[in-house]
Amino acid sequence: MAISLTTAAADHVSRSLANRGKGLGIRLGVRASGCSGMAYVLEFADALGPDDQVFEDRGVKVIVDPKSLLYLDGTELDFGREGLNEGFRFNNPNAKNGCGCGESFNV
Amino acid sequence: MPLLQIAEPGQSAAPHRHRLAAGIDLGTTNSLVACVRGSVAETLADAQGRHLLPSVVRFSATAPPLVGHAARDTAAADPLNTIASAKRLIGRGLADVHRLGGHLPYCFVDTDSAVPRIRTAGGDLTPVEVSAEVLKTLARRAEDSLGGPLTGVVITVPAYFDDAQRQATKDAATLAGLKVLRLLSEPTAAAVAYGLDRRDTGDEEGVHAIYDLGGGTFDISILRLTRGVFEVLAAGGDSALGGDDLDRAVAHWVIEQAGIGADNDPGTLRRLMQVACAAKERLSQEPSAELQLDLPDGRHWSGTLDRATFNALIDPLIGRTLTACRRALRDARVSTADIDAVVLVGGSTRVPLVRERVAELFGRAPLGDIDPDRVVAIGAAIQADLLAGNRPGDDLLLLDVIPLSLGIETMGGLVEPLIPRNTTLPAARYQEFTTFKDGQTAMAIHVLQGERDLVADCRSLARFELRGIPPMIAGAARIRVTFEIDADGLLRVSAAEQTSGVSARVEVKPSYGLSDGEIESMLRASLEHAGEDLAARRLHEQRLDGERVREALRSALARDGEALLDTAERARIDQALARFEATLTSTEAGMIQYAIGALERTCAFYVERRMNRTIHAAMAGRRVVEFVHPEQSS
Repeated sequence: MAISLTTAAADHVSRSLANRGKGLGIRLGVRASGCSGMAYVLEFADALGPDDQVFEDRGVKVIVDPKSLLYLDGTELDFGREGLNEGFRFNNPNAKNGCGCGESFNV
Repeated sequence: MPLLQIAEPGQSAAPHRHRLAAGIDLGTTNSLVACVRGSVAETLADAQGRHLLPSVVRFSATAPPLVGHAARDTAAADPLNTIASAKRLIGRGLADVHRLGGHLPYCFVDTDSAVPRIRTAGGDLTPVEVSAEVLKTLARRAEDSLGGPLTGVVITVPAYFDDAQRQATKDAATLAGLKVLRLLSEPTAAAVAYGLDRRDTGDEEGVHAIYDLGGGTFDISILRLTRGVFEVLAAGGDSALGGDDLDRAVAHWVIEQAGIGADNDPGTLRRLMQVACAAKERLSQEPSAELQLDLPDGRHWSGTLDRATFNALIDPLIGRTLTACRRALRDARVSTADIDAVVLVGGSTRVPLVRERVAELFGRAPLGDIDPDRVVAIGAAIQADLLAGNRPGDDLLLLDVIPLSLGIETMGGLVEPLIPRNTTLPAARYQEFTTFKDGQTAMAIHVLQGERDLVADCRSLARFELRGIPPMIAGAARIRVTFEIDADGLLRVSAAEQTSGVSARVEVKPSYGLSDGEIESMLRASLEHAGEDLAARRLHEQRLDGERVREALRSALARDGEALLDTAERARIDQALARFEATLTSTEAGMIQYAIGALERTCAFYVERRMNRTIHAAMAGRRVVEFVHPEQSS
């Protein structure tokens, strides 16, 4: 089981953490909501839960709770630009179909 | 597929729930837009990576307006259709514009309305419409960067902007299709950017100085923070002192060094200013700067300016800003030891000498690590994010205060303040007023803004009339005047007669008419003229009293003067009344007070006779028992 980051994503996370001045790493997760069943969660992580899994890729700690990991295994987190907009993208092999907006998905 | 941002722990918004909000610093020369992304507030760049948007709009008959760099760079080719200083005009009347007109190369249309219009190839436009174009461009940039429509924006305005200028700024946003979450004063925004509103100082209180040295203006504001409320204790500055003056000082040095005459062609002067500006910017980083200039006579001049010489050139200018700071501190009645933080705003505060001298004056290192050009926009973005509701559990809301007192005109040209300055917004206050004359059926309500006691010294915001008051004797009507100001500092005034329910209301439409300097000096004047105002108020009140006595005497004479007075007595009273009327025009409150006493003494016998007659009339033909036990008479 693994979660990975692209170089662009790792760079941006490192910079954001440095700007913020605190935090162990980032937390990836899913929760039931949104127009297509599941929605991604992307947050700074300040504390570790007892069952949390920690992955480290390109110097960044990625923290995932075990339940979310079932839906996220194999995901690559990417960071990119679309015009003026920039942000993160989940390349998730488990997702069957996303909603039009992409903020939520189905397995 | 949309792009996600990193959220604070536990604050990931549900899909489609994250509300996008931006902060806009709408400046005279340049404007900026910023927003909070991934819990960091940052200014947004355009496709070319430029953050600053010149506040310049070029209109044409055939194409949509051109905004920003493109408009600024072609301004020289099309000066009449390129509007560059809408902020100086916004919320102003034609009279002010004509005063500024000497410096503005635009063609103003003579209209019958109070709002100035500029004739361009794209039509006759108001400053509000010009500013709306700038806002539209910034909002589009924010939407492109955030990937969705904006819920709302926070726009910053100078601390000394009055109601009319704030209203006009809000109108511009509405015209641009934006919802204004809040107008925020620029110094307050700078304080927010540094988190001075949420510092863990324990008591959450502090006094802060915001030193803003921009391209063409200098502003100093002393703010006090008490439980989430920023109050402007004092504002001051110099509306004709800024970075351009530093450039000019360097340019003068070059003229001396190169031995060129002052009467050069505009092209050389423009190049000279560019060289001076570049040297100034380099000297912020390096100990010396090389200057090179092609002279009109074909010679080539080059020289070296070291930092010590540069400092000597600009020192007198910085000295002027420090004098303004000391004055503001005195106005705010605080000493430098009371100041908790000093915030630097404006590109010119990058000059090392500015930082040194400011640190020296306040006895502490100023806060300057956020880009001073962007700090106001960043503060606005933080506030916008908060107001859009993106930070659950963080309910600290920043409140602003009104900069100048609001009141209405009362008899005799006096101002009765209803909402004193520095009242936190939103606010609503009411006060009851009454009629001055018997049978008065209408009342003019004149809304004023300012710190002075006399109407003539304050700024007129609106006038309206309450009609249909039932005829009553003077003083019987109860007219409740209510002032409501919303969170943006915009005013609604209503008046209602309590016994009959007749009411009238007005939304304060800008009645333009004051310049920046005047608004700033209004605050100062109120302190300087406090004694004068007191004397004027006493005189007016005394005169009003005298007029009331005269009215009462006249109406009494008209009613029963013939019946109660013989010719000699009547002549004596008429004479006394004539003398009294002459004294009423005196400028000595004491004289009028004395004259009222004298008139009352002269008329005492007449008053007594009237009393007796009234009692007679009331008692005639009744039994004494009716007066002793009135309930038995019915």
